[in-house]
Amino acid sequence: MSPQMETFISLDLPAMLAGTLAALACALLGNFLVLRRQAMMGDAISHAVLPGIVVGFLIAGSRSTWPIFLGAGVSALVTVMMISALRRVARVEAGAAMGVSFSIMFALGVLLIEQSTARGVDLDAGCVLYGQLEYINWYPPTDWGEFWSAGTLDLIPRQVVVLLGAVGVIALFVGVFFKELRITTFDPAHASAIGINSGLMGAVLMTLVAGATVAAFEAVGSILVIAMLITPPATARLLTDRYSTQILLSVGFAVVTGVLGYLVGAFLPSALGFEGMALNIAGTMTIVGVLMLIGAIFASPSHGVIARAVRRRRLARQIARDDILALLFRLEEIRPDHAMLDDQLREATGHTQARAALRELVSRGHVERTNKGLALRDSGRALARGVVRSHRLWESWLVDTLGLRADHVHQTAERLEHLRDAGRPIEPGEPGREFDPHDRPIPDRDDPETPRSGRE
Amino acid sequence: MSTLPSHERVSPRDLSARPEHSPDSPLSIHALTVAYQRKPVLWDVEFEAPGARLIAIVGPNGAGKSTLIKACLGLVAPAAGRVEFWGGPYRRSRIRVGYVPQRESVDWDFPVSALDVAAMGRYALIGWCRPVSRAHKRAAMDALEYVGMGELSKRQISQLSGGQQQRVFLARALAQDADLYFMDEPFAGVDAATERAIIEVLRSLRAKGKTVICVHHDLQTVPEYFDDVMLLNMRVVASGPVGDVFTRENLVATYGGRLTLLDEASEALARAARGGG
Repeated sequence: MSPQMETFISLDLPAMLAGTLAALACALLGNFLVLRRQAMMGDAISHAVLPGIVVGFLIAGSRSTWPIFLGAGVSALVTVMMISALRRVARVEAGAAMGVSFSIMFALGVLLIEQSTARGVDLDAGCVLYGQLEYINWYPPTDWGEFWSAGTLDLIPRQVVVLLGAVGVIALFVGVFFKELRITTFDPAHASAIGINSGLMGAVLMTLVAGATVAAFEAVGSILVIAMLITPPATARLLTDRYSTQILLSVGFAVVTGVLGYLVGAFLPSALGFEGMALNIAGTMTIVGVLMLIGAIFASPSHGVIARAVRRRRLARQIARDDILALLFRLEEIRPDHAMLDDQLREATGHTQARAALRELVSRGHVERTNKGLALRDSGRALARGVVRSHRLWESWLVDTLGLRADHVHQTAERLEHLRDAGRPIEPGEPGREFDPHDRPIPDRDDPETPRSGRE
Repeated sequence: MSTLPSHERVSPRDLSARPEHSPDSPLSIHALTVAYQRKPVLWDVEFEAPGARLIAIVGPNGAGKSTLIKACLGLVAPAAGRVEFWGGPYRRSRIRVGYVPQRESVDWDFPVSALDVAAMGRYALIGWCRPVSRAHKRAAMDALEYVGMGELSKRQISQLSGGQQQRVFLARALAQDADLYFMDEPFAGVDAATERAIIEVLRSLRAKGKTVICVHHDLQTVPEYFDDVMLLNMRVVASGPVGDVFTRENLVATYGGRLTLLDEASEALARAARGGG
C-alpha cells in the first residue's frame, strides 16, 4: 500500500465516515422537523443539550459515551419543561419561549466549558462548538485477514461506533414507523383519533433528535448540527412531492454533504496551491449542504425559481401571441385590404414579449410578411378565430348571464380569452346569439372561411 | 361561577329525569364539561345520537362545536362527564368511528398524493408498523372513485382545489368503512358540485344504517340536508328532529341577537314548510 493511501485510510477515511454518518443521522430525522414546520425545534434542542454534555463529561472525567448522552438527555428534558412552563405559566408565545430557553441553556453550557478549561480539564469550546473531525483517526491492521479480530475492532474510533449506532437506531425507527410518522406528521388529530398517538410519536421524535445531536456534536459541533438537520431534507423537499422519495433524497444529499464536504475541506486548499492551509471540515460540509440547497432553489423542476420564471414567460408569450393573432383577425374583419406593419402591431399590443411572439408566429407559418405588411395565413387565422370567438363568447356570457353592462365586459373578456384547456380556448357554454354585445359576429369554431375575408 | 349562564334560563330541564343511555345508540354523551384553562367551553352536554340519521351540530362561533367532536374522540380531555360509543368507551370502538377534521387543520403542501391520504383511512385496520398492502390501497382507491376523485388519485394534494381536497378527506373517512362519522364543517368553502357530491355520500351512508354528525354553518340548508339537529352554545339549547327543534325560538336562544343569520334560517324554515318537508 502506498504511503498516501495509508494516510488516507487512517486519517481521512474515519473522519469522512464520521461526518457522513452524522449528516445521515440528522437528515433522516430532519425530514420530519421540516415537514412538521418545526425546524426551529431542532435548533433549540441542538443548543440546549450543551450544558448536559459538559456536566456529563465533568462527572465522568472522560469522553465516554453514556454519561454524555445521559447529561444531554437531562438537558433536553429541562429545556422542554422550561419551554412549556414559559408558555403555560408566563403565557409567552411559543417561538419566544423556545428562543429564551435554548439561549439560556447554551449560555450555561459555554460558562461551564470556560470553568472546566480553567481547571485544566480537556474540553475546549472550539471542539464542542465546531467539532473536531480532524482528530479522529484509525490505524488499520497491516494484515487485512485480521480485520475482524477483537483487537482490531477495538481500534475503530469511538465516535464512528457511536454514530453508526445512532444511524442504525434512527433508520430502524424511520423504517418501522414509516406509515405512523407520515400520518402523525400530516394530520396529528386524525392520527390520534384512530389510535396512533401523535403526542407520543412527537416525543419519541424529539428524543431521537436530541440523541442524534449528541452523537453528531463531536464530529460537526453543536452549532452546525442544525445545518445537518435542515439542509438535506429542505433540499429534498424542493425536488419531490412524494413522501418516500423525500426521505431517500435527503439520505442521498446527506451522504454527498459528508463526503464532498470532507474532500473540499481536506484537499481543496492544497489542490489550489495553498499548502499548509486547513479548512474546518464542519464548515465546509455546511457550505456544501447550503450550496446544494441554493442549487435546488434555482433548478428544481417544479418549485424552482428558474422553472417558475420559464412558466411565467411561456404564459406571457402565449398571451402576446393570442393578442397579435386577434388583432390581425379583427383588422381583416374591418379593413380587409389593409395590412399592419411590425411597429404598429407591437405598439398596439404593448407587450414586452411582442417581438419574440411575432417572430415565433412568423417562423411557425401562422403569420407572413407581405409587401404591404403583416398578414394572417390560414393556420394562424384558424387560431385567431378561436381566440376572438372565445373573447366574444365571454362578452356575451358576461352580459347575458351575469347581467353586466356591455361597455364593462371587454377588459374581463380580454383576460378570460387566454384560458386554455388541452390547448383550446375555454368557452362559456353555447352562445345563443350570433353577434356579441358590440354587434360583432361570433366566428364559428371550425369554419375555414373567415367572415368577410376579402384578402385573396 | 357567576360567569356561567344559569341552567334554567336557557334550557329548563329536570336533572333527575335524564334519559338512560341505551347500548344500541352509536353515541351517548353524558354530563360532558370541557374547559380550556379556567374558561368552560362545553357545559353539561347531554346528547344521545339515534342510529342511521344525519345530525347537524349548529351554533355560533366559539360555541364549542369542534371541541365537542374532539372531546368525543378523546383529543381533548373533558373536565367531567363521559362519552360512550355503543355503550362502551371510545378505545373499544375506534375502528367503527370515522373523523373528518376541518380542512384548514392540515398542511396541504405535505408531499403525499390523494391516494396516500385516502389510504390513511385504512391505518386503523392495518395496525402498527405494517405496510399498506395492495388490498388496502384498492379500498382507498374505491373510496376516491366513490367521491369522484379516481382520476386525480396520483395528484399531490396541494395541486387540488379546496372542494377536491374536501373530497379526499371524505374518501379517507369512507375508506375506513366506519359506522359513525364525525365531520367538522365538511361543506365549508367548497364548490356547489362538491356540496352536492358530499350530501349524496351522506345520504348513501344513512341508507346503509350509518350515522353522520356534522358541524354545520349554513342554517339555510339544515332542514334540507339533516334529519336531526343539535343547537349548541356552550350548552345544548335543544336537540332532536329538525322539524321539532329547529325553531325561531331555539335559534334566538342559541345565537342571541344576531338577526341576519336568524332571518336566513326562518326563510329556510318557511321554504321547508312550503315544500311539505
